[in-house]
Amino acid sequence: MEWYSIDTWIVVIGALAAGACALLGNFLVLRKMSMMGDAISHAVLPGLAIAFLVTGARASLSMFIGAAIVGVLTAVFTQWISRFGKVDEGASMGIVFTTLFALGLLLIVQGADHVDLDPSCVLYGAIELTPLDVVWRPTLFGCSLEVPRAALVLAGVTLFNAVFVVAFFKELRISSFDAELATAMGINSKLMHYLLMTLVAVTTVACFEAVGSIIVIAMLIVPAATAHLLTDRLWLMVVLSVLIAIGSAVLGHLSALIVPGWFGFADTSTSGMMAVMAGLIFSTVMLFAPKYGVLPRLVRKTEAVR
Amino acid sequence: MSQASDSFMQIEQPGISSRSLPLKIRDLTVAYHRKPVIWDIDLSIPEGKLVSIVGPNGAGKSTLIKACLELIPRTSGEVSIYGQSYKKARKRVGYVPQRESVDWDFPVSALDVVAMGTYGKLGWFRRVSKRSKALSMEALERVGLADYAHRQISQLSGGQQQRTFLARALVQDADIYFMDEPFAAVDAATERAIVELLKELQKRGKTVLVVHHDLATVPQYFDWTVLLNMRVVAAGPTDEVFTQENLRRTYGGKLTLFTQAANEVVQSR
Repeated sequence: MEWYSIDTWIVVIGALAAGACALLGNFLVLRKMSMMGDAISHAVLPGLAIAFLVTGARASLSMFIGAAIVGVLTAVFTQWISRFGKVDEGASMGIVFTTLFALGLLLIVQGADHVDLDPSCVLYGAIELTPLDVVWRPTLFGCSLEVPRAALVLAGVTLFNAVFVVAFFKELRISSFDAELATAMGINSKLMHYLLMTLVAVTTVACFEAVGSIIVIAMLIVPAATAHLLTDRLWLMVVLSVLIAIGSAVLGHLSALIVPGWFGFADTSTSGMMAVMAGLIFSTVMLFAPKYGVLPRLVRKTEAVR
Repeated sequence: MSQASDSFMQIEQPGISSRSLPLKIRDLTVAYHRKPVIWDIDLSIPEGKLVSIVGPNGAGKSTLIKACLELIPRTSGEVSIYGQSYKKARKRVGYVPQRESVDWDFPVSALDVVAMGTYGKLGWFRRVSKRSKALSMEALERVGLADYAHRQISQLSGGQQQRTFLARALVQDADIYFMDEPFAAVDAATERAIVELLKELQKRGKTVLVVHHDLATVPQYFDWTVLLNMRVVAAGPTDEVFTQENLRRTYGGKLTLFTQAANEVVQSR
């Protein structure tokens, strides 16, 4: 295996994307709305397409705004449909995001002749290509760096999400645990819900290009679910989820380079491997976590019987 | 009488003036999908009362509480708390939701849950101070859970979880409390502990409204009672309104199962 500076950047970009998603994912998982990440990450597609068709450019800002608007609309529509349409929230989520996603695909395909926006890129991303788009060449400690655009954007989003989680930690905690008490106390849990949804939408868009929507969904749910098995403290769960996300990115890229070689293939997709690694870490933790793992619990049970 | 002595009277006995009643509800109606759940509720609760809200399942007891706290939209009517809208009086109100309304696997300790009671007065962005932590610990001691402060909440028994919620209400340091079934599925020891706590709150001049299911203990625990079945059937001092006739009107046919029990309760007084 040979390691180039481009590999370092792929890992950095993957880790930033995974970390940004994991930060927010904790609260999706705890609010029992993990699939809202799934819904929003699909539903933002028409937002992206419309922003593109209107401005005619793949400018990040207008796409962020378009996606954020559609992301919040997804959350709003979901609430409306489950309230007035006599269906539960899961079903209404399914109605909203499939409709919006299909609309987005149609818009992209219709505009595809003269549009440089590729549906498969939205799903799978192109993390291997992101380091080529260098926008900043600083010199740090005598080393000249070539910082890709994706790294800058994702670092910004990760930082923003981290600041959000730290600044609103108390509000996120109470509105996730006991939304009614929070609202009764004047901490508007609906507002927190929509703030969270907006950030999920923005994060999703920022990550699309690098890792694709499938990995976004994986990173929104899997690291947080894994961390929940490891601790009873909310802040530690948030920290662990980010570490697990970073671990998945590193292991994902390494195994994308190495594993296919064992079977005589060339290297494979890093973002695919990241999701696989996250799943493997989750399974390992589910089996062996000291307190909530399947095996330690089994051992304790048999000891108790004896 | 001079104006000065008038206002003096008000300060001394806030319960006397209708403006400062802890809870005053006028013409309150709440409907889901155009079907009314509670209908045209008029209610005045004097200060310092321990109030039970009783009625059959689906009578709208929780709905009444949630409408008072503006957790669900009102179809019509007004609620005033100490003469003010809920938004203005919010800091004087404490709330204990039903135990099943939260996820007990949530990664927080009993102490964390109790400390949430201080969030309302903290305001946005501010962190929980050492003082609030100490207050929360004190409240846990008062409900007898000091040793369990750092346990994750799913490792508490049902009664302990309920007491954690009560400790949280204590640190809210409110003047009027709304409690949704604090006695649901608790053991006898916990029930006694909760009653003692409620009486202590009453002694300190607090007003406490409790959704209650066990008719047998109503006269023993509560000095004011609201009988609810979509409408207010009767409300007033327990020894006046807690009668066979009123209970029959509240529960209708549903009372048959425990008519006998109710008879015994009413007659034994």
